[in-house]
Amino acid sequence: MSVLVYTESDQGKLKKGAFEVASYGKAVANQLGTTVTAISINADETSVLGNYGVDKVLTVSSSELESFNAKIYASVIKQAAEKENSQIVIISSSADSKYLAPLLAVDLQAGYVSNVIETPISTSPFTVKRNAFTNKAFEITQINTNVKIVGVSSNAFGLVESNGSATAEDFSPTIEASNLKVESVDRTTNKVTIADADIVVSGGRGLKGPENWGMIEELADVLGAATACSKPVSDLGWRPHSEHVGQTGKPVASNLYIAIGISGAIQHLAGVNASKVKVVINTDAEAPFFKAADYGVVGDAFTVVPKLIEKIKAFKAQQ
Amino acid sequence: MNILVCISHVPDTTSKINFTDNDSKFDANGVQFVINPNDEFGLTRAMWFKEKQGAKVTVVNVGGSETEPTLRKALAIGADAAIRVNTKATDGFKVAKQLAKVITDGSFDLVIAGRESIDYNGGMVPGMVAGLTNANFVNNCIALEVDGNTASATREIDGGKETISVGLPLIIGGQKGLVEESELRIPNMRGIMMARQKPLTVVEPDETNSKTASIKFEKPAPKGAVKLVPEDNLDELINLLHNEAKVI
Ligand SMILES: Cc1cc2nc3c(=O)[nH]c(=O)nc-3n(C[C@H](O)[C@H](O)[C@H](O)COP(=O)(O)OP(=O)(O)OC[C@H]3O[C@@H](n4cnc5c(N)ncnc54)[C@H](O)[C@@H]3O)c2cc1C
Repeated sequence: MSVLVYTESDQGKLKKGAFEVASYGKAVANQLGTTVTAISINADETSVLGNYGVDKVLTVSSSELESFNAKIYASVIKQAAEKENSQIVIISSSADSKYLAPLLAVDLQAGYVSNVIETPISTSPFTVKRNAFTNKAFEITQINTNVKIVGVSSNAFGLVESNGSATAEDFSPTIEASNLKVESVDRTTNKVTIADADIVVSGGRGLKGPENWGMIEELADVLGAATACSKPVSDLGWRPHSEHVGQTGKPVASNLYIAIGISGAIQHLAGVNASKVKVVINTDAEAPFFKAADYGVVGDAFTVVPKLIEKIKAFKAQQ
Repeated sequence: MNILVCISHVPDTTSKINFTDNDSKFDANGVQFVINPNDEFGLTRAMWFKEKQGAKVTVVNVGGSETEPTLRKALAIGADAAIRVNTKATDGFKVAKQLAKVITDGSFDLVIAGRESIDYNGGMVPGMVAGLTNANFVNNCIALEVDGNTASATREIDGGKETISVGLPLIIGGQKGLVEESELRIPNMRGIMMARQKPLTVVEPDETNSKTASIKFEKPAPKGAVKLVPEDNLDELINLLHNEAKVI
């Protein structure tokens, strides 16, 4: 009856999203008066999950699971859910978790709701609040099946520490053969990803050309942030498509989003509005982004950003 | 190659989102509907397979008759035939179940859907279709080539990309990258005329219950006013971000 959480890892290391789904799982388990079991695949160190409310970790280690395969991972999670007799399975909003969730839902004949932002409003009927219309609205949705899958929106519930401890249990599920072969993986090394970043620094067409991105990267560097851009910037080839954020690009749900030379078109805002705090730097005081922002500087990015970098360096040095 | 492209009929990205019936239903009044952007990238890639590899392209939507103009637009862009499954799309599972039936009945080798639709943002239909039809599945697909019975598909991962080789039948959750923005097509007069002659078949749904139900909608609380900081006082910005917002 435990709540099952899929705690994702990347190259052996648990991701931040793993601690968030654990925290969320603990809150749901409290509502239901039950415990939390985590399933983790090839993670090196899982006892830390106890700090986020996990009681037991099913640890799977297998060289066959080295590269992510949605179908096979879904089958591993399914077997864990059956072993634990879990009625509720919680996953994150990472690309991989969103990839496997619908397959898992079919396997478990479960109802699946994605982008959930709060603990359930009610557990019977099981009712959750989620983002819809790309952050332009919330939808209250009820899951009517016995087994339920909840996809938790990134950075919405946050991390909640609790002082428990997690026992580890080796778990050896049956691993299906794959008919999908990973030929190559191309990673932007050593960079914070938009999905995991606490802070995102984003540049728009106001920056005039790709040669001016040095200061954007430097600002991101001093803040430990990921870099992003508006759609025309990626369409013009100034930045890679993987940095395009907005309604038709990647969603951003960071703690801090800094928009530089971005006007704040409705499609851009929709995709980044889930960020908690927004700062806008723009020469045009009438730019629509100021209406959606928390803090703003009306000014030229080419003078404001270099000054801001110096100020932040000084601030960090003092800390 | 027999390709099915799944087309979701969604409010234009600039639409104001409102609700009616006690906030239980999306208010379509005055809203312009379009092909879901993620699906449009897939449709355009399918046109390339049609023109370069002789594929046949069928488009499908699960929805009421109000979605037909969107299907006609897909025909005007170049799809050969359209299917509408005549039922309300009440949740992702129900839509996937209907699509699975269309795929089995029509023996499609390649199904291109969008990674999510921009209205309900469920992000589950393509994966569920793959699960239900036991086909291979690649999500967040940003490049796709097909050679005989094998495809090479590139998917976006958090922090990079990954290229996969995979056999047909295959379901794709597609997005921008499948084609470039500049390759998207606006239907021309000839396309629009020809679309009128192309078959749009309405099929009745099979009995499927939804697994989830939409109860109610809410809109975000209005935003407070922005705090402007003069550009010669950036210390104040840092102070606000550190002490007030607590984000640095
Ligand atoms: C179907 C559809 C989907 C879309 N999806 C997305 C999406 O997902 N993401 C997205 O971003 N857009 C999307 N768009 C595009 C969107 O409508 C806007 O065109 C786009 O967001 C504008 O990008 P921008 O703000 O970088 O450029 P602009 O609108 O050109 O704005 C540039 C801004 O820079 C400011 N500026 C100029 N010089 C300086 C300077 N020296 N210092 C500081 N500021 C300066 C200007 O005042 C201006 O506000 C979509 C559009 C459509 C039709």
